[in-house]
Amino acid sequence: MWDYTDKVMDLFYNPKNQGELEDSTEPGIKIAVGEVGSIACGDALRLHLKVEETTEKILEARYQTFGCTSAIASSEALVDLIQGSTLDEALKVTNKEIADYLGGLPQAKMHCSVMGQEALEAAIYNYRGIAPEVHEDDDEGALVCTCFGISDTKIKRVIRENNLTTAEEVTNYVKAGGGCGSCLATIDDIIESVRQESAAPSGNSLKKNTASQQAEKPLTPVQKIALIQKVLDEEVRPVLIADGGDVELYDVDGDSVKVLLQGACGSCSSSTATLKIAIESRLRDRVSKDLVVEAVEPSLL
Amino acid sequence: MHKDCIYLDNNATTKVDPAIVEAMLPYFSDYYGNPSSMHTFGGQVGKAVRLAREQVAALLGAEESEIIFTSGGTEGDNAAIRAALLAQPQKRHIITTQVEHPAVLNVCQQLETQGYSVTYLSVNRQGQLDLNELEASLTGNTALVTIMYANNETGTVFPIEQIGLRVKESGALFHVDAVQAVGKIPMNMKTSTIDMLTLSGHKMHAPKGIGALYLRRGVRFRPMIIGGGQQRGRRAGTENVPGVVALGKAAELELLHLEEATAREKQLRDRLEQTLINTIPNCEVNGDPANRLPNTTNIGFKYIEGEAILLHLNKHNICASSGSACSSGSLEPSHVLRAMGLPYTILHGSIRFSLCRYTTEAEIDAVLAIMPDIVERLRALSPFKNDNVGWLQQQEKSVLGVGR
Ligand code: FES
Repeated sequence: MWDYTDKVMDLFYNPKNQGELEDSTEPGIKIAVGEVGSIACGDALRLHLKVEETTEKILEARYQTFGCTSAIASSEALVDLIQGSTLDEALKVTNKEIADYLGGLPQAKMHCSVMGQEALEAAIYNYRGIAPEVHEDDDEGALVCTCFGISDTKIKRVIRENNLTTAEEVTNYVKAGGGCGSCLATIDDIIESVRQESAAPSGNSLKKNTASQQAEKPLTPVQKIALIQKVLDEEVRPVLIADGGDVELYDVDGDSVKVLLQGACGSCSSSTATLKIAIESRLRDRVSKDLVVEAVEPSLL
Repeated sequence: MHKDCIYLDNNATTKVDPAIVEAMLPYFSDYYGNPSSMHTFGGQVGKAVRLAREQVAALLGAEESEIIFTSGGTEGDNAAIRAALLAQPQKRHIITTQVEHPAVLNVCQQLETQGYSVTYLSVNRQGQLDLNELEASLTGNTALVTIMYANNETGTVFPIEQIGLRVKESGALFHVDAVQAVGKIPMNMKTSTIDMLTLSGHKMHAPKGIGALYLRRGVRFRPMIIGGGQQRGRRAGTENVPGVVALGKAAELELLHLEEATAREKQLRDRLEQTLINTIPNCEVNGDPANRLPNTTNIGFKYIEGEAILLHLNKHNICASSGSACSSGSLEPSHVLRAMGLPYTILHGSIRFSLCRYTTEAEIDAVLAIMPDIVERLRALSPFKNDNVGWLQQQEKSVLGVGR
């Protein structure tokens, strides 16, 4: 059960950096505080930095953690890593470095290292007077996981920085997907999009090429149907079958795609909407962004 | 785990009683025959199985013919639920509670995908049911009511016979998962309203992998495991004879010790609980104080997290368990404590101590000696020191109703 490294255990049993920093009256010294986490998820971290204003050097750091063994050890690691460095240097610390400093964390506990990095950012942004939303939830930052309040910006970043390839890993790192699970399909799509963007050469020339080719030569109806069928067969059905369901292409009329949901997928009315959205986003991604997917009730046929 | 660890996690599993080990050993070596064989060698073994059946029946106040040996609590729960539904195919409704063991909850959730409707009864802050809610949920379409006798996490005991009377009026079958209750609460199936009851060996000092299902005579039963005709066709497969013998012996010992052991456990439990509550500020007992298993206490230590407490206890060779499954983002805190509507501050810092007849005075003293220090150390690290923290309040509000 306790598959923690000796380093984790040592920092947990003998914490050195816990506590708060009082607001300073010393001239040229400022205290910055960053808070992240949620008591709902069972972990929360408050980080205090004592910053020398002229040099932006972190003279001292302290933390308070509500959390498990690895949350406490990650906080210790973070403070060890940033004490003495400048704010800009500290901003470069990734959650991976925190985990590495600990000799690794169990996969399921990686979110503790992410929390450390986020608290650090929150503190530095507070110090610099930047509202955290501006950074975390910029224009594209759509809420993906409503259970844990996680945006796609955050999910993309953790995928990139840690080379994640499965939704399960994303859950381990940022908890998204760990509640009701209804956002898992979207997380899969985000992983796929990050993978594609990193596979594309830097100039994006290849991507542009295919895109423009597509623009020049729209698919014929037959090609379009064939492609829809292929995406359904290769990418959608295996997932549904694994869950005891299935989907069948019923009709394609212009941009309207009609499908039949079967098995476990068909019997649960609340899942129909989710499935429709999941299938639709996949087909839009692969075939055409104008597609609208509709689930046909078998009873109505 | 260390030999002299202080084991206060008996609702998870128990130590096998040395007398039980001794009773089962010959059935690995000398008496290895098949109880179904026609020869005397197998016949001796058949006799041992019959004796064990009598012993288990005696513990439950049941008839020998009403006992089916299973591989444990999970199989018992699964078999009872499926049998009840197969026997009444026209009825499509099940009633259970939000705080059942996964061996019941997950079966019910799967049945929902197969066209059954399931009512999950709620519990109050003490983890107790509302009988009016039960009554309102019972219809002529209800095939089965499956409710645990006592909750594994809080020890809360449900009013099983009062529930049973209402279930009987509606004509539904009544299954009780009594895995945590058997051996801690006297049972008498002769005067009970229970149709089916599950028990598990490893919660009563027998080994893992053996359990039993009580099936009231006359209740139609469709077996889940089909094959040979063992156990009168109700559970195929050659019996796990050493396990069966062990379960029989365990039942005999539970019956023998029930009164005096539970009184002792209750007295130790109460001392542990009261002293902790009195010496450590900001903690409270979770569960129904009036109707609770004698061996269980679940205490929420505010502002700190359960796994961290467990790890400190572990360092002192003390085994307990936590209500918060912080082992992964995907594991939410205990569904039982959440169903009780506990605030997150308590929920995440909840620790369960569960005693057994081997628990000693000195072991309780050792926990009492170390626990205040552990809580103090962790609270020194915590950003949530008291309920006035604005951040905390804001979070409690914003997360209410999150998840299931
Ligand atoms: S929305 Fe992400 S787990 Fe529920």
